[in-house]
Amino acid sequence: MEISEVVMPNPQVLVNTQVNAIANEALGNAFTVENLDFFYGSFHALKNINMDIKKNEITALIGPSGCGKSTFLRILNRMNDLEGDITVKGKILLEGEDIYADMEPIVLRHRVGMVFQQPNPFPQSLYDNVAFGPRLQGITKASELDEIVETSLTQASLWNEVKDRLHKSALSLSGGQQQRLCIARTLATRPDVILMDEPTSALDPISTAKIEELALELKENYTIVIVTHNMQQAARISDKTAFFLMGDLIEYNKTKTIFTEPAQPKTADYINGRFG
Amino acid sequence: MRASKAIPAPRQRALSTDKIITLALHGLAGAVLLLLLAFVGHIAWNALSDFKLELLAFSPTGIGNQLFNTVYLVFLALVISVPLGIGGGIYMAEYATKGRAQRIMRISIETLSSLPSIVLGLFGYLVFIIMTSSQWNLFAGALTVSILTLPLIATITEDALRALPPSYAKGSYGLGATKWQTISRVLLPAAFPAIITGIILAAGRVFGEAAALMFTAGMSTDINWASTDITSPTNAFNPFRSGETLALQIWASRSESLASDAEAMANLSALLLLTLVFTFSIGARALSRHLNRKNLGENK
Repeated sequence: MEISEVVMPNPQVLVNTQVNAIANEALGNAFTVENLDFFYGSFHALKNINMDIKKNEITALIGPSGCGKSTFLRILNRMNDLEGDITVKGKILLEGEDIYADMEPIVLRHRVGMVFQQPNPFPQSLYDNVAFGPRLQGITKASELDEIVETSLTQASLWNEVKDRLHKSALSLSGGQQQRLCIARTLATRPDVILMDEPTSALDPISTAKIEELALELKENYTIVIVTHNMQQAARISDKTAFFLMGDLIEYNKTKTIFTEPAQPKTADYINGRFG
Repeated sequence: MRASKAIPAPRQRALSTDKIITLALHGLAGAVLLLLLAFVGHIAWNALSDFKLELLAFSPTGIGNQLFNTVYLVFLALVISVPLGIGGGIYMAEYATKGRAQRIMRISIETLSSLPSIVLGLFGYLVFIIMTSSQWNLFAGALTVSILTLPLIATITEDALRALPPSYAKGSYGLGATKWQTISRVLLPAAFPAIITGIILAAGRVFGEAAALMFTAGMSTDINWASTDITSPTNAFNPFRSGETLALQIWASRSESLASDAEAMANLSALLLLTLVFTFSIGARALSRHLNRKNLGENK
């Protein structure tokens, strides 16, 4: 334990993690991450990360560029598997199941959806975009698909804007609408967790506000993990915030605590804009 | 006294150069267009001035059968080379491991598509006719020209897939798609308009091909339009009968034919061939534009 005490200098976090790991289901964790180390080739991108991600909460990951927060996010649905030479050590449990040892990535990605930094609808109709996931899962009945498309678009607060043009190309939408379409497309696969990788960094302030509002509505039914460069955004919408720096998880706590009384001087420096 | 608005000398020179270049390029474009018009006009004039209806007959005295053979041969060649070419392109873009082997393969493919067609014709004759001990036939011709068209379609498919934004594939994987689902449901449909262009180019080569077909598809045509038995050597749709195409007809009429209307036949064949290529490529482009609009959402 000596090593992890060096890497994780905050005893409170360590205690929390251990307690939570024992009573994982009881406390309602979506993810339990234990002693995670991650390498791109020989580059040690994440170092001994221990973290619980609660169900029906928004967890924000913050930190300067290259700190490992996006890498961590992509580990949670194994998108990093596509990058080639990677090594994952430690355990990542999704409701008790080890996502690297016991799960096919395609099954995992149905349960843990992802919304990307740049809105990336497929060059197909709105309808086909939203129906994409359900069709992958083998749903072909038109009435069933219609219902999923309507529900998902409604959940993503896009239905009213697009219900008359479902069969037009998704690329005819504005950037903010495209991002909400991508959220609807993810919701249509009926995931438990939605990962968002800086989902508003390419959007204007009004679209950003809509996405934030949407995230707050969605947490009633979904667990959300969001990477953001925007600290106000983390403060506005998240319940917990994790601060990463150079591959270490420096501090992880309630968002309010992180932003008002951070335990670590590095966290305080980052939040006050002294680097990053 | 110079007005304060006077343009300084270097800017003045830049402006005149700009004007000269613009004029020169417009002039060249006009000249090319004129040449093309003159060429088409010449062909059309020659063909129509000696035109007799019986030249269009689907019989040995007309070129109807050759017209049919041409379309049928293009069809056969595309049936062979489109699936294989698209498959090859997918392999090169998505499956082949990057590195030396892939580079060598790419160079080989590109070389293959620029082989002189007489070389191909003799190769096809050796492999598809002599080695299989068969007679000249359309299928052998289609296989031979596929050696030209397949690499063309494969290269264009590969380029089209590589040109797609990586976010399409990421989005698809992120929703739990497998690699093949990603390729077949997202990437190929997105690349389709570009692939159509490849198919037009490939078909264009087949329409105009003569040397590669001379010793493979053959120079004779004997169709009995009343035949309903596809295995009959005179049935129009039997791919194992010999069949002369329009391009070969032009060559034959101009070089060795002793028929009195050989010249008129060659001229009309040229006009028909030209019309055929135009129609095909306009049709295929319209299809490609339509698909592109559908994908990119310009039809709001």
